[in-house]
Amino acid sequence: MMTSRRNFLRLTAGSAAMAAGLAACGSSGPKSTPGSTTGGATGTGATYWFLTGQPQQAIREAQVKRFNDANSGTQLKTTEFQNDAFKQKIKTAIGAGQGPTLIWGWGGGGLKSYVDANQVEDLTSWFDQNAELKNSIFPSAFGAATVGGKIYAMPVETTTPIVLFYNKTAFEKIGAEPPKSWGDILDLVPKFNDKGIAPFSLGGQSRWTNMMWLEFLFDRIGGSEVFQNIFDGKPNSWSDPSALKALEEMQKLIKANGFIKGFSSITADSNADQALLFTGKAAMMVHGAWTYGNMKTSGGKFVTDGHLGYMNFPPVDGGKGDPSDTVGNPGQYLSISSKASQADKDVAKKFLSTSTLDDASVDAWVKSGNIPVVKSAKDKLSSVTDTNDAEWLKFVYDTSANARNFAQSWDQALSPAAAEALLDNIAKLFQLSISPQQFADSMNGVIGK
Amino acid sequence: MTAAPSAAPVAGRTTTRAGRSGSVAWMALPALAIFVVFGVVPLAGVLLLSFAQWDGLGSIHTAGLSNWRSVLSDPGLPHSLFVTFEIMILSWAVQTPISLLLGVFLAGRQRYRALLAVLYFVPLLLSSAAIAITYKALLDPNFGLGAGLHLDFLAQDWLGKSNLALGVVIFVVSWQFIPFHSLIYQAGVRQIPATMYEAASIDGADRLQQFFSITVPQLKYTIITSSTLMVVGSLTFFDLIFVLTAGGPGDATRVLALDMYKRGFQANLMGPASVIAVLLVLIGLGLALLLRRLGGSTTASQQEGV
Repeated sequence: MMTSRRNFLRLTAGSAAMAAGLAACGSSGPKSTPGSTTGGATGTGATYWFLTGQPQQAIREAQVKRFNDANSGTQLKTTEFQNDAFKQKIKTAIGAGQGPTLIWGWGGGGLKSYVDANQVEDLTSWFDQNAELKNSIFPSAFGAATVGGKIYAMPVETTTPIVLFYNKTAFEKIGAEPPKSWGDILDLVPKFNDKGIAPFSLGGQSRWTNMMWLEFLFDRIGGSEVFQNIFDGKPNSWSDPSALKALEEMQKLIKANGFIKGFSSITADSNADQALLFTGKAAMMVHGAWTYGNMKTSGGKFVTDGHLGYMNFPPVDGGKGDPSDTVGNPGQYLSISSKASQADKDVAKKFLSTSTLDDASVDAWVKSGNIPVVKSAKDKLSSVTDTNDAEWLKFVYDTSANARNFAQSWDQALSPAAAEALLDNIAKLFQLSISPQQFADSMNGVIGK
Repeated sequence: MTAAPSAAPVAGRTTTRAGRSGSVAWMALPALAIFVVFGVVPLAGVLLLSFAQWDGLGSIHTAGLSNWRSVLSDPGLPHSLFVTFEIMILSWAVQTPISLLLGVFLAGRQRYRALLAVLYFVPLLLSSAAIAITYKALLDPNFGLGAGLHLDFLAQDWLGKSNLALGVVIFVVSWQFIPFHSLIYQAGVRQIPATMYEAASIDGADRLQQFFSITVPQLKYTIITSSTLMVVGSLTFFDLIFVLTAGGPGDATRVLALDMYKRGFQANLMGPASVIAVLLVLIGLGLALLLRRLGGSTTASQQEGV
C-alpha cells in the first residue's frame, strides 16, 4: 500500500512537468492568432456563416455563388447553421477568435456585445463613401445596426414584421369576422373552443414565440415608450402600470384557453405551429412574416386557394399605443469581423456592396414573398404575378413603411443576459407559474444588465 | 460478512503487487497525462473563471467573490439542485430494479435470450440528441403518437406540464440507459458460481429465495458500480434534456448542467456559469466518495467471501 502510494507521487511529479509542457502546446494554438493573420476559422480567405431554412437559405447560397463566380480570385467560403445552433455557435466562435469574416445577425443587443468587445468593424465611414448604397436602404433598418451613433452592420435581407395570421375557413365555420380589437379576440376564444378549434396556435416551447405577444400588448396598451424605457435602462420600468396591465391581459387569454392545448410542448423550429394553422386545427397565429413562404410551400392549397388571412395586431380598447406600430425584425444584419485580415475585410465589403442587395437578390427576396430592406422593393411589387403573393407583399410593405414605430424584437434588442432572463420569465408567465407582479419584479432586477 | 474474511487475502495480494509496481507504474503515465491536460487544467481554468467576469467575447476582469455571492443567493440554484437530485434519485429508482431483472434474465444461456439481448441493446447505440428529437416528435400533442394512433391518453401536454415533463425526462433517460446497466448485471450474474445455486437447490430453496439470498447479495458490488455510474452520470445529463425540453417548461427540468450552459452560453455570463461548474464537480466527487464508502472497501472482490 505504502509503496504504491509513493510510486504514485513520484509519477505525478514527473507527469506534472510533462503536462505543463503539453498544456503550453495546447494553449499556444489559439493564442498565437491575435488580430492580423486570420479572419475565419481556416485563415484562408473570407468566410461567411449563415442560417439554414428555406427560402432564405437558397437565396443566400445564390448570392455567394454569384459573388464567387464574378470574383474568381477571392472566394467567399460559407458554413450553414440551424437557427438556435447558430446563435450559440457564433458567440463562442467570436469569443475564441475563430469567428467568420462576415457575421450574420439580428443587430441590437447582440451586436452591441460584439461592439463592446471590439470584435466588429465600424462601417460608418464606409457607408459615407457608399452613400448611394446607404440611401437605398430603409432608414428604419439602421436603428438596430447603430451602437453609440456609429454603424457597425449593414442591413441586408428582409424586413419582417410580426403579423396576425388567420385561417379564413375557420372563421367561416363559426360565422365570425376577424377581430378588430383585443376585446374581439377575447370574445372569439369561447366561440372557437366550442367548435373544437383552438383560437390561437403557438409554439410555446421556443419561448420567443410567446414574447411576440407581449411585444404587441405592451405597445398597444402603453405605447412604444413602455419598452423604450426598459431598453434605456430606466429603473423599475417593467412595473409600469401599462406593462402590468399587458401581462394581466396576457394571462387572461391563457386562462381562457386562448391557445392550443399543449402549446408549451410545441416548437417553432419544427414549424408545427404553422401546421396547426394551415390544417385548420387553430384559427389564428401571431408570427413573423417569414412564415409565409413555408406556409405556402408546406400548406398544400392553403395559401394558393386564398384561405390565409393576415392583419396587423389589433388595438386594445383604451390603449395608448398607435395601432400602426409594429414589432419584429427591421432587417437582418451583416457585420465584418475586426479580427479579419485587411484582404478578407475588403472581400467582405465588396460582397456587401455588390451581392447582398443587388437586383438579383431583391428579385429573389420579392419572389419568395419577402420585402427586402431596400426602397426599390416597392417598384418590384408590380412585377409579382401571383395574386396571393402580390397582396401579401403589399401588406408587408405597407405595414413596415406605415408603422409609426417599428420596434425590434425584445430578445434581440436587449443584452444576451437580459434576454435570457426575459425568455425564462416569459415561459413561466405563460405557464401561469408566476404572476404579472412576480414577472415585473424579477425582470426589474436585470434592467440595464 | 464479506469484510472480515477478505482482510487477510487483500493484505497478501498487496504485497505481491507492491513487489512488481516499480516496473509497471510508468504505464499509468499516458492516462495521467491525458487526465491532467483535459481534466485538471480545464478544471483549474474554470475555478479561476469563477472569480472573474467574462462575457465570452471581451477581456476577462477579476470579480472577486461576487459571482459566488450572486449564484449562491439566486433562488434558481436550490431549484436546479432539487431538480438534479430529483432526476438522479427517480431515474436510479426506475433503472436499478429493471436493469437487475433484465440482467438476470439475459444471463441465461438460451438462444432466444441472446437475441433479445441484442434488441434490448439498441437504444444504447442511438445518440442522445437523436433520441430526444424522436421523442419530441412522438410526444407532440397535435401531430405525435397520440394523434397518429387516435389514443387520447397519449395526447398529453407531455413537455408543457412540469410534472409530466420531468416524468418524460426520467422515462427517456431510463429507456436509454437500462440496456447498459442490464449488460453490467448480466456480466455480474454470470460471475456467480453455479455451485452456489446447486447447493441452494439441494437445500430446497426455490427460485425466488435463490434470487434474494444468492443473486442479489452476490451482485452487491455490481449494484454499487452501476449505481455510481447512474448517480454520477445523471449529474452530466445535458444533451438529452437540452434537446428534449431545453430545461422547460419554465425551469421544471433545469438541472445544474443545463443551468450552467444557459448562464454561460446563452446569457454570456461565464463567471456565474463557472461557479456552477465548480459546484457540479464538488457534488460529483462527494457522491462518488459517498458511494464508495457505502460499498465498503471496493478493492475487495465480491468473490472473496466464497
